[in-house]
Parts: sequence; C-alpha cells; structure tokens
Amino acid sequence: MSSEPAIRVEGLGKRYTIRHHRSDHVTLAQVALERARHPFRRAEREQFWALRDVSFEVHRGDVLGLIGRNGAGKSTLLKCLSRITSPTTGRIELWGRVGSLLEVGTGFHPELTGRENIYLNGSILGMTRREIDRQFDAIVDFAGIERFLDTPVKRYSSGMYVRLAFAVAAHLETEILLVDEVLAVGDQEFQEKCFRAMGELAGHGRTVVFVSHQLSSVARLCDRALLLVDGRVAELGPVDDVIAVYLADLERRDARTPISRVGSGELRITTFEPTSASFRPDAEKTFVVEVEPTDDNAPRYFVSLEVYDSQRTKVAHCDSRVLGGFFEGPQRLTVRIRSPWLRPGRYQVDAFICSSGIIDGLSPGVTFAVEPTLPYPGALPDEDWRTALLPDFTVDATTPLRDCTPAAGPGRVTR
Amino acid sequence: MTTAAAPRKPSLVIRPRRAWLPANPRELWEFRELLVRFAARDITLRYRQTVLGVIWVILVPLFGAGILSFVFGGVADLPAPDSLPYFVFSLAGMVAWTTFAQVATRSSTALVGNAGMVQKVFFPRLMLPLSTVLSTMVDVAVSLALLGALLAGYGLRPGWELVTFPVWFGAVIACALGVGLAAGALMVRYRDVQHILPVGVQFLLFASPVAYTLASVPEQARTLYALNPLAGLLEGMRWSLIDTARPSTFLIVYPLACSVVVLVAGLMVFSRMERHFADVI
Repeated sequence: MSSEPAIRVEGLGKRYTIRHHRSDHVTLAQVALERARHPFRRAEREQFWALRDVSFEVHRGDVLGLIGRNGAGKSTLLKCLSRITSPTTGRIELWGRVGSLLEVGTGFHPELTGRENIYLNGSILGMTRREIDRQFDAIVDFAGIERFLDTPVKRYSSGMYVRLAFAVAAHLETEILLVDEVLAVGDQEFQEKCFRAMGELAGHGRTVVFVSHQLSSVARLCDRALLLVDGRVAELGPVDDVIAVYLADLERRDARTPISRVGSGELRITTFEPTSASFRPDAEKTFVVEVEPTDDNAPRYFVSLEVYDSQRTKVAHCDSRVLGGFFEGPQRLTVRIRSPWLRPGRYQVDAFICSSGIIDGLSPGVTFAVEPTLPYPGALPDEDWRTALLPDFTVDATTPLRDCTPAAGPGRVTR
Repeated sequence: MTTAAAPRKPSLVIRPRRAWLPANPRELWEFRELLVRFAARDITLRYRQTVLGVIWVILVPLFGAGILSFVFGGVADLPAPDSLPYFVFSLAGMVAWTTFAQVATRSSTALVGNAGMVQKVFFPRLMLPLSTVLSTMVDVAVSLALLGALLAGYGLRPGWELVTFPVWFGAVIACALGVGLAAGALMVRYRDVQHILPVGVQFLLFASPVAYTLASVPEQARTLYALNPLAGLLEGMRWSLIDTARPSTFLIVYPLACSVVVLVAGLMVFSRMERHFADVI
C-alpha cells in the first residue's frame, strides 16, 4: 500500500427529487394539463439525499469495501465515482483511468457473438482496440469459452455469459476498478477465480472499490472498508473494525423493532439478550434470560430457546427439560450454546418459559450475528460453506497433512 | 477529510454539472473507437437473421423511389424537371430524405434503446446518437452509388455543382442530428416523444419537396414552404446531384443557417439533460 492517493472524495452529495404524481407514467400531456389547471403550483416534490457530505480517500493499491444496508447509498456512490450520474455537491478527484463493473454484461448484445461482444464491451468500458487485441486470448482463456467464440451470446448459458463479462472487465487495464456485487453470480469455481483476479489487481498497484452485501467477501478481499448509513460515512477504517461497527448498527436497529409476546403471563421474561451482538462461528453463544413472577401462584417452569437462521430454518432448540431443569421464582438464567458451530450470518433466537403450556414467550426474540470469519486455518470459497452448520472436525492420516494454508488469518486471501 | 498535498494532480475531477455546454472534446476523442463499434453493431444487427441480408440496403431505396415515382410521377402526373426520368428524380430526393429521416429517428431512440447501458456504465452519452449517423451513412452511400449507376445508365453526368454536395449533405445531417439529439434527450423523461417524432417526420415527408419540385408548389404556398429548411436543402442537394435548377440565394443561406442553429440547439438540450439520463431513463 502506498500513500499516493487514487481517489479523493470531498463533501460529495447526491440529491434526488421525487415527484409525487397520481400516476406512474409522466406524459407531456399530463404535465401540460396540470400546468394549465394550476399555473402557479409546482408539482409536489420531495428532496431526498442519497449521499450527504461524503468524504474519504483511497490510496493506490487499496481494496476498499463499501458496506451498508440497502438504500444506504453504496450504489449511488459508485455511480458518482464512475461518472454515470453527476453529483449534486462536492467533488471527486481521481488519479488514473477508471473502469467500472456495475453489472455483469452491460452492453452485451444477445445477437452478437462472443468475439463481437468482447470488442464491443471492451470499448464501452474504455479499452482501445489495441488493448483488446493484446488481451483477447487472456480474456477468452479466463472465461473458458474458446469453443463458443463465434456463437451469439443469446445461446450462452448464464454461467458462460457472466464469465465472459467478468473476464473482459478483469482485463481492463485501468488504475481504478469499481465493482458492484457481481460475484454473487457464477459458480463457486469461477467466483474463486474472480476473487483471485481482484486480489491480483490490487497486488499490481491498482485500486479496487468493491460493494457487496456478503460481509464474508468484503472481509476476505478488502483491507479497508467504508460504512455508509443513510448516505453518510459512518465508519472508515480497517475492514474488521468497520464490519464490527456495521453488525452492531444492524443490532441496534433490530432492537427497535417491537418484540411480540405470547403466553398466559404468570411469569414474565424481563430481560432476554445475547451477551454479545456478534460471535465468532466457533465461539460459545451465550444468552441471558431473566424471569420475574407476576403472580404468587406461578408454576414451576422450564426455559426453551429456539435458534433460527436468516431463512427461518430452525437450527437449534435448547430446552432445559432435557437437562432436567425446572425452575421456580425469579431467576437469572444463562444459556450457553457451545456447539454446533454456526456459519456466518444473522440469526434470531426466540425464548419461551413454559410449564404445561407457554407462560411467556418472545417471538420474534433477539437477533445476533456470526462474524464472517471461518473457524479454520485455511480458506474456502463462500459456496463451500453454505451448509447450515460448520463441522468441528479433524483429519488424521498416516502421514501428516502437508501445509498448504496461507499465512494470513482465517477467511482471508493472501497475496 | 484532508490529507497532505498529493504529489501529482488528479487526472480527473468530477464536479456537479449543470452546463449547457456539450461534452468535453477530449473525452469524445478518447472514446472515438466506441463510435465505430456502436455503428458496426447497428449495421450487423440490422441485417442479422435476414434472408436477403445486405441486399436490403439496395432494395429499400429502390422501393422507396419506385413508390414515389408511381404516386407523384404516375398518379399525380407531375412533371420531372428538365425531362429527367422521374425515377432518377425521386431517387435523388430519397437520398436526401432518407438521410434526414433515418438520422433523426435513429439518433433520437439511441438513448432509450440502450437504457441498460446508460444506467450501468460511463461513456460520453453523445456517442450513442452520433454513432447512428455513421451507421446511416452506409445506407446512404449505397443509395448514392445506385443513383450514380442510374445516371451513368441514362448517360447523364453531374456538373461542377457536385462539389457543393458535401455542404448540403452536411447541413441535412446537422438538421437531423439536432432534431434527434433534442428529441432523444426529451424522450428519456417523456416517452411521448417516441410517438410524436414519427408523426412529425411523416408530415415533413409530404411537406417537403422530396418527390416533387418546389416549382410545382402553388405560388401562394411557396413562401410558407420555403420556411421549412428542408425545402432549400432538398433543392440544393438535387441541384448538386442531378443538375436541377439552382435554388435562390435565400434558399441557400436560410436553410444552411437553420441547420447550424438546429444542431447547436440540439446539442445544448442534450447536454443540459445529460446529467439526469442515468437517474430517470
């Protein structure tokens, strides 16, 4: 990493005007009619700042991850950086040519052949004919479509299409590359190839700005990250720190959503929370449940926690009955889930206290996150650990495993 | 956030745009290859999956001129000037008219037709409408060659006036591009233009002396006719190609001035609206 700047953004703002109309289709006739009826009334407008006062700097050779919720302004920022849309305020300074890959296959035409599309797409992305000629074989090779070069791309499989599109962009010889959520497509082998390609780009002193919702990809690929919250820079720094802030922010927002209660109510769960907003996959996940009786005749009860993943699949059910646990009166219960290991992502935990039926229950209950790091010394592509759980396992052999793991920590790619 | 002064000047500074001024020429030059690519794509696509393929380039103007000759020369029985074959006369008018109509129509739909690209990737937007001029040139060149062959067949030879052809031709393109740029930019926001423009072009076909001479227009209406810059341009172009009567000085100066104004106005409207293209397309 050098201290030479590649991108400097100062006070960047982008305002959109939302017009409120009764119908979606704005036609000239409607506009004229409206004007004629109310000559002095302006159409109802709402100003919306997608980006506000955004300032940051990226150095040459940095890989910057851009994270934030949907609508936080990530894509708008990329569009401003790539000159697709013009900012409303502020300025952007760029050192070097900018290539952008905001959507795979932009400018591809289905009727044109692979060969024709390579040239067309390359030119659209800003390559000269000579550059494309020089890189042509490398592009075809990277995409693995030699046999289909002269077939119209409308007959390509979606995988081939994506591979070809990324291949062209990856061979752009620009000093700055902007990438928006393109790795979500394509098979895992190809994703891995893309990751390596992007890592190499940075290794050659090129600057990459990368937007993704997959925190694990960001953690793996980027050195630094920028967190956008409601169009403003909330955090900028080393990738792990920013991701932690982001997860905590998600947590706070979730806390505001009301928790619904069920049950007969002789006892109340007064506190229910995880001891941390996020856990490592292999860490013990701990939850505190405090119970207060509201009735002198409150029955004996047991506690039950149900853990759901983001797809609402129940991944664990911890019922204290199976441990022989029935409780009485006010209690502060600590539930420790030592195993299984959970894959990175967001989870929801519902809590119930029951005797013969449910006495009190919080459903949906609390959420927690599992950090996007793998509990293994080596790295695997995302696809490979899209299982519900991560096994805690070893492999014993007659001769020891040859060390082929990268030197960096888990879940990171070394370059 | 400010840091120590950069060692080099930035190669690009992006600031809010609200200029009426057209895109910066250096940028256009950098992307010049794109112009050819877009044009090549248009031409390739136009004739891909057609049985006759490129033969259509020859057939379409022949049909066009044929219909005009039949309607105006045959049914309406208008005389062709200087005892020219009516077909030659119509073909010369068709060359000029096709240039105008195709450039105006194609350049206006270039933005909306490539909405996906406009939203997702940067390039000077002007490239899209400009490239349609290039792709139309192919059709026009074929029509001109046909006309040349026809003239040779009839033993007619264009006079010195032929040297003025580029002027007329350039003016027709300027006019068409000006209309196309403004219409295309407006179309991004108001799709109505998509419906209005073809109607306007259709109207102009009959309101301009494409298949008849200005001389066959009744005296009273002629002044009104001459206000249409295309009238002078058509007369001028025919004068240069097939040696018809030279247009009056007014009919030379006025349309040429008009075409410059139309082009500049079109460019200004386009530049003014350009910054919103990606947001509203």
